[in-house]
Amino acid sequence: MVEIALPANSRVQPGKTVAAPAGATRVKRFNIYRYDPDSGANPRLDTFEIDLDACGPMVLDALLKIKNEIDSTLTFRRSCREGICGSCAMNIGGANTLACLKPIADIEGDVAIYPLPHMPVVKDLVADLSVPYAQLASVRPWMQTQSPTPPDSERLQSPEERELLDGLWECILCFCCQTSCPSYWWNGDRYLGPAVLLQAARWIFDSRDEMTGERLDTLEDPFKLYRCHTIMNCTQTCPKGLNPARAIGAIKGKLIERRA
Amino acid sequence: MGSDVKLRSALGRARGLGSAREGVGHFYAQRATAIGMIPLSLWFVVSVIGLTHADYGTLRDWVGQPLNATLLSLTVLTAMYHAQLGVEVVIADYVHGETLKFTLLTASTMAAFLLGAAMVVSILKVAVGV
Repeated sequence: MVEIALPANSRVQPGKTVAAPAGATRVKRFNIYRYDPDSGANPRLDTFEIDLDACGPMVLDALLKIKNEIDSTLTFRRSCREGICGSCAMNIGGANTLACLKPIADIEGDVAIYPLPHMPVVKDLVADLSVPYAQLASVRPWMQTQSPTPPDSERLQSPEERELLDGLWECILCFCCQTSCPSYWWNGDRYLGPAVLLQAARWIFDSRDEMTGERLDTLEDPFKLYRCHTIMNCTQTCPKGLNPARAIGAIKGKLIERRA
Repeated sequence: MGSDVKLRSALGRARGLGSAREGVGHFYAQRATAIGMIPLSLWFVVSVIGLTHADYGTLRDWVGQPLNATLLSLTVLTAMYHAQLGVEVVIADYVHGETLKFTLLTASTMAAFLLGAAMVVSILKVAVGV
């Protein structure tokens, strides 16, 4: 059955507090989830007081400041710092988003930062995403064709056909949506989840792909697809403003279309 | 089964037992019955309001009309079908043990059939008056 409470060794305990330097005027408190698998201790919530006058505007700037100047053991993923790599996906102020795109000024009061929900935690803010990655691989997210490659041109696509991919190709696979979905929390071993289904839709609606039927066959399953109940957390939380719920609805529409 | 060590690859687990190749029928039926319940339940509520303070004879005459008996049977059968589909969704969402899940799915289907049959027989009994 679904478990509501965390196991005893996963419950978050109070951690240390690092006060802001003397003379700081614009102080913001960052409450950050910490977990070190090597220590054997429970996860804890550390508080870092940051002087916003000496910090960049985004949550990622604050995390980097903490790591560089206060506690170098703070562990998180980051790379591009401009919302295209998807590495710094985490739960900030109760919602999954990218730390690099989230302005500190958007958050009232203390800033709570946790790893992506309902995933195993590798360390601190680093979630283990190997299951979503494998689920992504299972839908074969690349072009599959039967006809031979044209010898002297690309596989052509009209502007109208290309338009069908808008709202799908922009996904950066940060898995904010995936880990915000209650259906994915309860059945993440079998339900493919919003990010993977959006990627599946990206190939189902690609006019150049010739394996649409096989793709739909793979998805037509009570668990792989139909655990989506249009809860819409995915759409609400997507830091790129995409709509995975609509993409999943479009896949369901295709499955109706081919039997009607 | 029998071991906590899981060495199967993540992809092997993600692909799992493959697709059941069904779900679209369930999805369609759930929505079709929901749409069907709109006029049926409106008709039912209006009819019941119209029968307020009616005595048993009046009610029996009303149920005895073929159209009313048909629509009444259709209402309870559609409601049972829709309820059964909904219960299946709840069980699939929240019950994870395979044995318990299979047992509950079977029991809920049987309960829906039983209740549907009992209600139709009740309607017919009142309508035909045996």
